[in-house]
Amino acid sequence: MSFITYLINGISLGSVYALIALGYTMVYGIAKMLNFAHGDVIMVGGFTCYTICSTIGLPPLLGVLVSVIVCTVLGIVIEKIAYKPLRRASSPLAVLITAIGVSYLLQNVALLIFGANAKSFTSVVNLQAVTLADGQIVISGETIVTIVSCVIIMVLLMLFINKTKVGQAMLAVSEDKGAAQLMGINVNGTISLTFAIGSALAAIAGVLLCSAYPSLTPYTGSMPGIKAFVAAVFGGIGSIPGAFIGGILLGVIQIFSQAYISSQMADAIVFAVLIIVLLVKPTGLLGKNIQEKV
Amino acid sequence: MAMLEVKNLDISFGGLRAVDDFNMTIEKGCLYGLIGPNGAGKTTVFNLLTGVYKPNKGIILLDGKDITGKKTIDVNREGIARTFQNIRLFKDLTVLDNVKVGLHNHNTYSTLTGILRLPKYHKVERQMNQKALDILKVFDLDKEADVLAANLPYGKQRKLEIARALATEPKLLLLDEPAAGMNPNETQELMDTIGFVRKHFDMTILLIEHDMKLVSGICEELTVLNFGRVLCQGKTAEVLNNPEVIKAYLGE
Amino acid sequence: MSKTLRSNIITVGLVFIAYIGAQILIATGSISSLMKGLLVPLCVYAILAVSLNLTVGILGELSLGHAGFMCIGAFSSAFFSKCMKMFVPDMPGALRFFLALVIGAALAGLFGILIGIPVLRLKGDYLAIVTLAFGEIIKNIINILYLGIDEEGVHFSLKSSLDLNMADSEKIIINGAMGITGTPNDSNFTIGVVLLILTLIIVLNLIHSRDGRAIMSIRDNTIAAESVGIPVTRYKLMAFSISAALAGVAGVLYAHNLSTLTALPKNFGYNMSIMILVFVVLGGMGNIRGSMIAAVILTLLPELLRGVVSDYRMLIYAIILIVMMLFNWAPKCIEWRKKATASVKARLQKKSAAKEVE
Repeated sequence: MSFITYLINGISLGSVYALIALGYTMVYGIAKMLNFAHGDVIMVGGFTCYTICSTIGLPPLLGVLVSVIVCTVLGIVIEKIAYKPLRRASSPLAVLITAIGVSYLLQNVALLIFGANAKSFTSVVNLQAVTLADGQIVISGETIVTIVSCVIIMVLLMLFINKTKVGQAMLAVSEDKGAAQLMGINVNGTISLTFAIGSALAAIAGVLLCSAYPSLTPYTGSMPGIKAFVAAVFGGIGSIPGAFIGGILLGVIQIFSQAYISSQMADAIVFAVLIIVLLVKPTGLLGKNIQEKV
Repeated sequence: MAMLEVKNLDISFGGLRAVDDFNMTIEKGCLYGLIGPNGAGKTTVFNLLTGVYKPNKGIILLDGKDITGKKTIDVNREGIARTFQNIRLFKDLTVLDNVKVGLHNHNTYSTLTGILRLPKYHKVERQMNQKALDILKVFDLDKEADVLAANLPYGKQRKLEIARALATEPKLLLLDEPAAGMNPNETQELMDTIGFVRKHFDMTILLIEHDMKLVSGICEELTVLNFGRVLCQGKTAEVLNNPEVIKAYLGE
Repeated sequence: MSKTLRSNIITVGLVFIAYIGAQILIATGSISSLMKGLLVPLCVYAILAVSLNLTVGILGELSLGHAGFMCIGAFSSAFFSKCMKMFVPDMPGALRFFLALVIGAALAGLFGILIGIPVLRLKGDYLAIVTLAFGEIIKNIINILYLGIDEEGVHFSLKSSLDLNMADSEKIIINGAMGITGTPNDSNFTIGVVLLILTLIIVLNLIHSRDGRAIMSIRDNTIAAESVGIPVTRYKLMAFSISAALAGVAGVLYAHNLSTLTALPKNFGYNMSIMILVFVVLGGMGNIRGSMIAAVILTLLPELLRGVVSDYRMLIYAIILIVMMLFNWAPKCIEWRKKATASVKARLQKKSAAKEVE
């Protein structure tokens, strides 16, 4: 029975990774950049919600809403100021390093405002835990909300991208910016929108993550950010279903290795699985393999 | 003996037979042309000859030696060098260094010799510089030896690619559309250079080209490809007057 | 004298001048103890930046696991030195350090080959994430590694120090997350500078040799490199493993400058790897001297800011990093800079021409 509990916890953690990984993968697909600051947007989302709910004392739902708005705006601003000028830079590494700079910046601003001590985050979920099989399986309210919201968001996102004009424009821009522009697509607007959506998802992920693991510091987003990046690559970076599958798998693998092998080695195992997957399938589970034409 | 003998070469990509039962014999010292409409499979033949693709069937003999299915690197060591349709230079290296990379397997010293700058390093580097400059001179590129390859004008980039290929001391030189994007003057000059290279280096050359003036001007023999199949083969003048060929090029 | 030779002499000369300068500052007592403590780390970071530039700038592959190789060099050499201190106390410090250096570099290089063989097939960002993963695995394993040596032989565990079953806990050499304590302090600033110069000579001479050209040809166009007979895999591995071995050297230097060596995210995690990458990109990919200078400046910057704006120093550091990246790489900035320098030049010429007329 503990197996099922672990599995559900794994899917829950994986759902958070999936939400973050979606942001990574969308931004990668459209801007061809690894947005290392993405993890820190999660942290900003967490702190915003903390301020609204714990410091000011407003209702949790408002906290979630405000953090989504804050992160969305933040994502757009970061893209405009730090990434857009480097879109045509001679090396793709330039924007990667700038993203690292943005990551340091967000961490240090948070450090100055909130200090280095961990804040105890009050969960935004007030759902009763569900008990199954005579108390052998207990599923917390956070777990249920996390999994349900991840599935809903995933479905909405797929519908948005495949059924709406704006979503199709996103696909077109990720395929070929120049051609998309010639077809009358507003490339800058589409890229901004992608960052906005990615950051909004990061805010939700941040609130859910902090509800499940309620300690919040300026560095909270760092490791989940990297894990989500791994999840995105795992599933095939640029692929939205890939990010979802990668995130869930990663969460499950992490919880299982913590439970059955060694909690100290869980991270090593997660990374080892990634390496094995990439060695067998060099572009991830659902990634496209494009060969250079001679 | 023939320099290159290709028998029954076959390759398909996902059901499409890109090259179908391809045969070709090139005598030593010959200047041979491979022509055909776009998408006929000419570059695919080059890719098969140089080991970029492995054929499903067939044999490739270079100077009597079977090189079928060998890796690109080994094909080059056996003596086939090539240029590319879309220029592929080492663009952040100088013109001189581009050619010196071509000399890599002929003038050697160990890694340690290089790091410790032993006397052999200086000796071999001097030899390489001299050789590279000699080759560049043939293409009138010696004055640009220290320029980055990326900064060369287009026509000179095409020439540098040929120079780099020659530096590997091949028996057979493959040129993929050497005159693409050149104006008539540059094309004329290129024809002279190719003629000179053949004489000077005693080279066998196979080239792909769309410029009919160049083809009829310097190629002695031709193979015409259409839809992956050989349409016609033989002396240039005969091939170009073949009604089938004219039909393939000009339509009905 | 050729252009490259002159440039190489300037690079090595710069290190030498900086060394003399630092020695004068120390002798006259005009350097804070904090700065003095930074001298060896400066050498460590400069070596790391130069060695990573071999992979990123010269080979053109993105590696985010450089700190992992440094970690291997640090722990293997510290392990060796501590063993020697325990069992062969008479061994002279210089010999001990030399042997530690060889071991650290060789082991890091060996791991470079072992990791390189499977992963160098991957491209671009996939290679980056796999190297990051390897770096994290190395750090993670060292954090749960327990190793001790006593009369009964070698004891080894991946669980806890108790599982070693050793009577004398003094003989535990690697103690999990507590790392290695009591490594002899065999390195100093002079040794650091010597190692940095050695690294520079190895990397610069390699670049300007037959092998270096082959490596750069792979970076510029792999397909063309193959077509002229360059064994691509071999040279990729060579560059990657030499780069790893030199990171190992930095690790040895680092470990022998500290009495306690632990594998924290701060010093051996991906954050460190990224930091080294920042040095390389900011200093200029393929520009060895630039990456070295960037490493020195970016290491000193937070410390220099400490005196002025202590609370905001890391914030300012981040802003400077972003602004410098935009200034150096944004196409619009590059254009603007070109125009600005051209107009300044034109104005100077006008002035001098006017003077001549007078």
